[in-house]
Amino acid sequence: MKKNHVLSLGTTVMLTLTLVLSGCNAKDSSGLKDIKDRGKLVVGVKYDTKLFGLKDTASGKVDGFDIDMSKAIAKKIFGDENKLELKEVTSKTRIPLLNNGDIDLIIATMTITDERKKQVDFSNVYFKAGQSLLVKQGSKIKGLADITKDTRVIGVKGATSIKNIEDKVSGLSVLQFENYQEAFTALKAGKGDVLTTDNAILYGMSKQDPGYTVVGGTFTDEPYGIAAKKGNTDLLQVVNDTISELKDNGQYAAIYEKWIGEKPSAD
Amino acid sequence: MDFSVLTQHWADYLEGFLYTIFASLLGLVGSFILGTLIAVFRISPVKVLRGVGTAYVEFFRNIPLLLVVFIFYLGLPSVGIQLNGFQAGTLGLTIYTSSFIAEAIRAGIQSVSTGQLEAAISSGLTYAQAMRFIILPQAIKIVIPPISNQFLNLVKNSSILGMVAGMDLMYFADQVNLETYNTMDTYIFVGMFYLILTFPLAYATRVLERRMARVG
Repeated sequence: MKKNHVLSLGTTVMLTLTLVLSGCNAKDSSGLKDIKDRGKLVVGVKYDTKLFGLKDTASGKVDGFDIDMSKAIAKKIFGDENKLELKEVTSKTRIPLLNNGDIDLIIATMTITDERKKQVDFSNVYFKAGQSLLVKQGSKIKGLADITKDTRVIGVKGATSIKNIEDKVSGLSVLQFENYQEAFTALKAGKGDVLTTDNAILYGMSKQDPGYTVVGGTFTDEPYGIAAKKGNTDLLQVVNDTISELKDNGQYAAIYEKWIGEKPSAD
Repeated sequence: MDFSVLTQHWADYLEGFLYTIFASLLGLVGSFILGTLIAVFRISPVKVLRGVGTAYVEFFRNIPLLLVVFIFYLGLPSVGIQLNGFQAGTLGLTIYTSSFIAEAIRAGIQSVSTGQLEAAISSGLTYAQAMRFIILPQAIKIVIPPISNQFLNLVKNSSILGMVAGMDLMYFADQVNLETYNTMDTYIFVGMFYLILTFPLAYATRVLERRMARVG
């Protein structure tokens, strides 16, 4: 009996080790040359994020800002935007999937942070995200400066955005709801004057109900970047070239307007 | 257990607790009055009143409390009535609970045998007098236990206010939780605050129950 235990334990350890090791060695091939040899670019994108990467449950097609960026990079490498494979990632899975070679790039509403720079390399900023304000069309609130401690501000429980705005407007108390949909419903029901969170989410709401609009630009800095495996400089160079080309030839503005519904702020 | 969660966020807990007490008191009084009224409708000899009572009970008793509160919070603005989270939450709580209380009272009244009502009326009492002097004094003893259960439920259900920014204990506790990341302790303290309310309430109704039994 006891012997059996030791034996099965030993086998388990061996199997685990084999799996872990093979996982490490499996696909260490995300360099630009490997991608060209393979004949397609594999990008990790979100499937559940409005405007950026959303799977249409009816058609099965994934679409969004991040997908258009992926296509542009595939086109830059192969001259054909269809030589592209999309893989679903979440905020939790994207870095592990990149680092073990399942995907070549992450384009998934990923904010560039110092902490993440230790694990992956980032491209230049491709979307300037940050906290912003959503108000009813015609509202007197045009930006952060119009918010006083008596403004009824709506937010979502647990989001850093609540702390951000309470730090900026002293004495302000934010009405907090369970999730974005409830917060937006409360805004529509007139429970508050303004809803605050990341502009990317607010643009999605405003697209859903054009009676509401994003105002005042961003007052925090959460730039989205495209991530490649550490040391993969030639691929990252192509990505950065693509971003600046898109910006120069106006395609970036077109993509931006297609998804966000307004022109990118100039800078 | 980490008591710093409680001490550092004492002001949050206290503010929430006060709102919870306030909502509970309003709910207790409101749902009892409303529930009695609806119970009277339910057994009234007038057909229309019976219909109204039945519709009220069946509607509010059979949908989740959260939806009742959403109706008052998010639904009423479409007809021009704007209630804040506390008002809408307390109103929803009161109306929801009153439907259960109405049923408890109706069952209590109907458990007194109909022969007594008939005897009272044939002795020359009016319907109202028969209710007041014969039926209700007996019924009240029967309904105290189920009503006290509903009162306890009401206090605990007041945590629904947290879902509509009603400033109650649960609303603030959610914020404390997100600041401390100490979920267990945060909500253990919440539980204690609710116990502070529900223990005396349960005790009071038990005493009342005993006293009524003696009088009877």
